[in-house]
Amino acid sequence: MSLHALTVAELAAGLKARRFSSLELTLHFLGRIERLGPELNAFVTVTADRALDDARRADDQLAKGEGGPLAGVPIAHKDIFCTDGILTTCSSKMLANFVAPYDATVVERWRAAGTVLLGKTNMDEFAMGSSNETSFYGPVRNPWDLKRVPGGSSGGSAAAVAACLAPAASGTDTGGSIRQPAALTNLTGLKPTYGRVSRYGMIAFASSLDQGGMLARSAEDAALLLKAMAGFDPRDSTSVDAPVPDYVAELAAPLKGLRVGIIREFFGAGLDPAVGKRVQDAIETLRASGASIVEVSLPALPLSVPTYYVVAPAECSSNLSRFDGVRFGHRCESPRDLLDLYKRSRGEGFGDEVKRRIMTGTYVLSAGYYDAYYLKAQKVRQLIAADFARAFGEVDVVIGPTAPTAAFELGAKTSDPITMYLNDIYTIGANLAGLPAISIPCGFVQEGGRDLPVGLQLVGPHFAESRLLAVSHQYQQLTDWHKRVPPGYE
Amino acid sequence: MEWETVIGLEIHAQLATRSKIFSGSATAYGAAPNTQANLVDLGYPGVLPVLNGEAVKMAIRFGLATGSKIARRSVFARKNYFYPDLPKGYQISQYERPVVEDGSLEIVLEDGTRKTIGITRAHLEEDAGKSLHEDFHGLSGIDLNRAGTPLLEIVSEPDLRSAKEAVAYMKKIHTLVRYLGICDGNMQEGSFRCDANVSVRPAGQAEFGTRAEIKNLNSFRFVERAINYEVDRQIDLIESGGRVVQETRLYDPDKGETRSMRSKEEANDYRYFPDPDLLPLAIGDDLVESVRATLPELPDEKAARLVRDFGLSDYDAGVLTASREMADYYETVVARLGGNAKLAANWVMGELSGALNKENLDVAASRVGADALAGLLVRIVDNTISGKIAKEVFEAMWSEGAAADAIIESKGLKQITDTSAIEGAIDEVMAKNPQQLADYRAGKDKLFGFFVGQVMKATQGKANPAQLNELLKRKLGG
Repeated sequence: MSLHALTVAELAAGLKARRFSSLELTLHFLGRIERLGPELNAFVTVTADRALDDARRADDQLAKGEGGPLAGVPIAHKDIFCTDGILTTCSSKMLANFVAPYDATVVERWRAAGTVLLGKTNMDEFAMGSSNETSFYGPVRNPWDLKRVPGGSSGGSAAAVAACLAPAASGTDTGGSIRQPAALTNLTGLKPTYGRVSRYGMIAFASSLDQGGMLARSAEDAALLLKAMAGFDPRDSTSVDAPVPDYVAELAAPLKGLRVGIIREFFGAGLDPAVGKRVQDAIETLRASGASIVEVSLPALPLSVPTYYVVAPAECSSNLSRFDGVRFGHRCESPRDLLDLYKRSRGEGFGDEVKRRIMTGTYVLSAGYYDAYYLKAQKVRQLIAADFARAFGEVDVVIGPTAPTAAFELGAKTSDPITMYLNDIYTIGANLAGLPAISIPCGFVQEGGRDLPVGLQLVGPHFAESRLLAVSHQYQQLTDWHKRVPPGYE
Repeated sequence: MEWETVIGLEIHAQLATRSKIFSGSATAYGAAPNTQANLVDLGYPGVLPVLNGEAVKMAIRFGLATGSKIARRSVFARKNYFYPDLPKGYQISQYERPVVEDGSLEIVLEDGTRKTIGITRAHLEEDAGKSLHEDFHGLSGIDLNRAGTPLLEIVSEPDLRSAKEAVAYMKKIHTLVRYLGICDGNMQEGSFRCDANVSVRPAGQAEFGTRAEIKNLNSFRFVERAINYEVDRQIDLIESGGRVVQETRLYDPDKGETRSMRSKEEANDYRYFPDPDLLPLAIGDDLVESVRATLPELPDEKAARLVRDFGLSDYDAGVLTASREMADYYETVVARLGGNAKLAANWVMGELSGALNKENLDVAASRVGADALAGLLVRIVDNTISGKIAKEVFEAMWSEGAAADAIIESKGLKQITDTSAIEGAIDEVMAKNPQQLADYRAGKDKLFGFFVGQVMKATQGKANPAQLNELLKRKLGG
């Protein structure tokens, strides 16, 4: 089997057994990125020199029987994570010249675990988008069909891992930005509990919703990568000081006796029937393995999209104020005065979707509108969280589709932001409630003569990552959807 | 018409923490521009604030000292506006839920009456940086050393009725924060400054008039002058048929006037909302109690004790406790002296304060320390020198830095208490002034002072005054 088809777990084991070197592996992936990368546009920056340095260091350690759990394993980081001395753009013109002076905690921790940095992946500008079409560096293409989007905002990470240009990549998920691209590219994508992974060095979109995670090719890989990424960080006041379990060891938990709640609200109008069928099939697989399946209702959940599109823009309007052309990032040519500096730097530096959200957010926080929008949205957010909490009184996980459709064509939804926003209808609830959620491959639908992947979403109680990963892993022992690689990238 | 002035103050006290409120940068004043600003202070992409627990403890100290409620849960909010010295585009401040609420303190007015001033709230926030507009050839420089420095904003009720009351209140807060060790009170460096909300209304009217807010007053004198100017301006305006508009005004100390900065219509909409990067600040009883256990004796308590234990007047006790350093100085003198509290009070408030004022020194920088002053006063008490000679000795101590005994010795200022020596001097004076002696004995009592003066002159002022009086009376009487 070729190196690029191996999982992170297999690569780590192969490296430790010295079956291949990290340098060999890294060169192999860099070669693939060079050959297959351009058509996908998955990377903003390929860090070849850094990767080779990292690989040599890993090989030295491995030769001495040392090195972290992921020693020598190549990975990619979403370009939202600050990387010391490396361009960190958030796929925005605003940061097209920004070389971060420090490493994000996630970057630091994966590095400490021994990973090799292949590059920084393309994304929707400042993580605002569901199709990776808002990037200043152009859209990313889905390796399952180059006419289609890979989802977003972690679209570059998704395309890179799906096309085997990297064994795994980091992502961030504010309203579905890990899970929806994972679903659209046949990957396992985990959004941990809010506070499980440090946000330090992760450029903020909506601080109360943003959470770092990963896109990988199996639940086992996700478990390994989460272990290396999670944990308290004194530099992030919202990170939670709770022990990090051994996610890999806990993958063995059986499906038998698991109580699964099907979210009634996720199977109504708007769900592509073919996608719904794949999800139902997956649920039957779980039932056949001894899980008990019941239906649960989360009545406030249909309000999650409007709630999200008040809370997230409100926070982003404030978070993005620091991009003012004064200290870093894009600055307009010869500003006449301060106001001109602000207006033109921001006007030139931000794309349309970012501007739309800044304006929406500014509006909902304005005097006279705050109560009607922001405060009301916070109340609805509590109702949604309460719905989930009630459901978890009866079941261990809730389940449903990750996205209403399979990957759509580029340009299909760019003219209508509302249609685009509705693509996150099933993922946003977990962010609003701060819950861990995972998307795993559960089959394919045929469109335009192509097989397009479908994602199954599982949501658990706070800090139930182990359970989500175990259920996913057990499902992946029964199925091999997750092992399929897009034609042409095998 | 009779007008009543209504004033509320918002005092900004810079908290004396070693590091900033949300970052590990140092807060020391006067460093080269931007050398005390790290990535958090610079608002770099991806960085996050982490609250400095010392700032919270200092806010609790203030709350406890003013009988305020300490909120068990308070919230940091973002105040959004664009300015180059505000790196994040928002200031982190407490808005709807401050850490300290509903306190009060008492001020003493000039006529001695006491008045309680309500403290609405005190909240924690970060300071902005500084924009420098000089020396940059038409551009502006930004110094972010101050960005993120912790501030406690102390908001009074509109209970103040004159500029003098406002100054008395501000001084009281100034004293208090320094007693508590939470602010160095340095007004030149901007560590202690205030905004004044000023309005006027016809005497007897219940509702408030429209207020103007005067920004950034950084001396007691400016507070008094700015308020008085503003009150006159508002009264003149109303009496000439105009209307006060709600606005922000700046005080120009050179011209002694306030002028409009921006009106209510031009005011920013700050779009406050809870900062999602910071959890609500939870304060438990144990923290409050541990802070309470470290509170020093507060100025009012200390003054009451001086009145009770030392028999000082309210006024003297107030002056001596105006600063913790002054009170410490005074109490050290009394302790070394083993009593004579009144004598010590007269000297600290008289000669010492005079000398300090002349050179504009803090008591902590006094050229004559508390031990040294006690060393002088003990020589008055044991009759080695008179009070008058003591003033001469004090001056020498101040300028030469020597101890009282050394000066008394080297200048031969020791008081004459030997009866025969004083009698000898009296005899000489009587022999030299037969006419005056005859007149005195003929009933001209006023000449007694003349003889005292002559004997003092003959003894270079060293004769013990009480002994001299007694002996002279006897001798002159024949």
